[in-house]
Amino acid sequence: MSNLIDQTMIIAILPEIGLVVLIGLVLLFGGIWKGKRLKGLGWLTAAGLGVLIVLSLVFAGPQAENQLVWGNMLHHDWYGLVFRLIFMLGAAITAIIAMEYDYGQKSEFYILLLTSTLGMNLMASAADLIMLYLAFETASIPLYVLAGFLKREKSSVEAGFKYLLFGAMSSALMLFGFSLIYGFTGMTNLADLAQAVVQGVFPPSAVLVSLLLVLIGFSFKISAFPFHFWAPDIYQGAATPISGFLSTASKAAGFSVLLRVMFVVYPSLTGQWQLILGIISGLTMTVGNIIALTQKDLKRLLAYSSIAHAGYILIGISAASAFGVGSAVFYIGTYLLTNLTAFGAVALAGEKTGSFAVDDFDGLSRRSPGLALIMLVSLLSLAGMPPFGGFIAKVLVFAAGVRGGMLWLVAVGALNSIIGLFYYLIVLKHVYLYLPQEGAPKLTFPKPAVATLALLSLGIIVIGTLFSPWYHWALNAAQNLF
Amino acid sequence: MIPLAWYLIFAAAVFSIGLYGVLARKNIVAILMSIELMLTAININLIAFWRYSLDQGLAGQVFTIIVFAVSASEVAVGLALVISIYRRFKEISAEDINLLKW
Repeated sequence: MSNLIDQTMIIAILPEIGLVVLIGLVLLFGGIWKGKRLKGLGWLTAAGLGVLIVLSLVFAGPQAENQLVWGNMLHHDWYGLVFRLIFMLGAAITAIIAMEYDYGQKSEFYILLLTSTLGMNLMASAADLIMLYLAFETASIPLYVLAGFLKREKSSVEAGFKYLLFGAMSSALMLFGFSLIYGFTGMTNLADLAQAVVQGVFPPSAVLVSLLLVLIGFSFKISAFPFHFWAPDIYQGAATPISGFLSTASKAAGFSVLLRVMFVVYPSLTGQWQLILGIISGLTMTVGNIIALTQKDLKRLLAYSSIAHAGYILIGISAASAFGVGSAVFYIGTYLLTNLTAFGAVALAGEKTGSFAVDDFDGLSRRSPGLALIMLVSLLSLAGMPPFGGFIAKVLVFAAGVRGGMLWLVAVGALNSIIGLFYYLIVLKHVYLYLPQEGAPKLTFPKPAVATLALLSLGIIVIGTLFSPWYHWALNAAQNLF
Repeated sequence: MIPLAWYLIFAAAVFSIGLYGVLARKNIVAILMSIELMLTAININLIAFWRYSLDQGLAGQVFTIIVFAVSASEVAVGLALVISIYRRFKEISAEDINLLKW
């Protein structure tokens, strides 16, 4: 590898360069624009991310297999690219929903959002422990601030601090695992580490300890049992679009590194981590779904449902095959669209009525038929009903689980889907069957946000019916890990 | 020369003290300090491993510097959040900051 910067290296980090430029632009216009025009910051962010998505699709496609760039710090492969597109899409949607509210009139909000996206992008393509850690924190630290962004509200401030506390603690545990990995092998490159594990340079007991410590950090990020307890508190306290971002893009970033590290560094221990992840998966979905049954607050309910979904995604991963990883990636993409739609709809209705209690969504179908329909699509897709995307995604991970010999886990998953269906239908019962309170006015919502959500709902149906091109992408991405 | 194991035991001890502090302390500033303690322990680990190991390069030192930088920014954000907590709650004891629970 030459020391000069060549074209491939620039192309490999094209989306990241674009993000940095976009951060600069937002900063600049945040200073120039005043008053009502500040709303344009949301448009600028979303449009910029849209342009970046198109540019990366056209130009940033990798030419060779498993190419390493920037001094072996980053991978340049389909796997990274697919995840980067997912993160940028999530950030764009979050910006569109957020720009209607007070916090969306500040340039800091978008800068933090974009910085976090930048970190996630690097997480998905990191090829070195040092890069991985740095990207992990670049993605996390802005999110701590964003969770506590509403600094006049007690609950938001509390959410921000709690998130920082749990996040810093779990990343310190993960880092302790990294320091052991580095110490026993003297290497930090992920692919070299796999060699060290196979050749036995790395004593087996130390390998297992490092594996567990690293898993703690990642489980926190994907909110898997037993490190899921932060999620409901933070999702409830943070501004709703941010909760949506945390539950989708941030979780997807956690999965992107989990997959990369498990399949690249520890392929020789597949038997062990398959079982560990299988058990975590079963517990995660069961705990998430059962506690969700008792929730009265819609944001908390969605938080527990997002914990349960992390469990379903883990089924695909614990199958430990290209098919399993492909279906997990497909699930992550579908889940991002679906959950952002659900959180977006809840954000619009809840901010308007000032309450997120399930009871206050009574008769939403009378007060705003359009939004109620969007909620119907997203919640049914989360529950895994055909013809929505969630159905195909669930079928694929379950099929991967069966093929990977994790029959018991698939059985647990199927039972959990039924529990899940139950509480999603309860919410829909409130929305559709109950009458609104006397004299409750009709609700009107900002047009761009509703149009985006309608487009996303359409996307959910498209993914559920014409799934093969998207699935092909996911499978292509998965192939890079094997 | 002092054996590597001594450094590792020392680092593990500091790390455990930090972890205990995060889980048991009530004052949120003390909790932040405990997190710093955990990260310091990791730095000791990394530097000791680098000094004693087969690594011909500088990966250990680079890693340590990055951990320094990250922990500094983490504590900066942490203290900012402590200030905004103090403004809202007039309190910095973790027990009294409990609006969010099921």
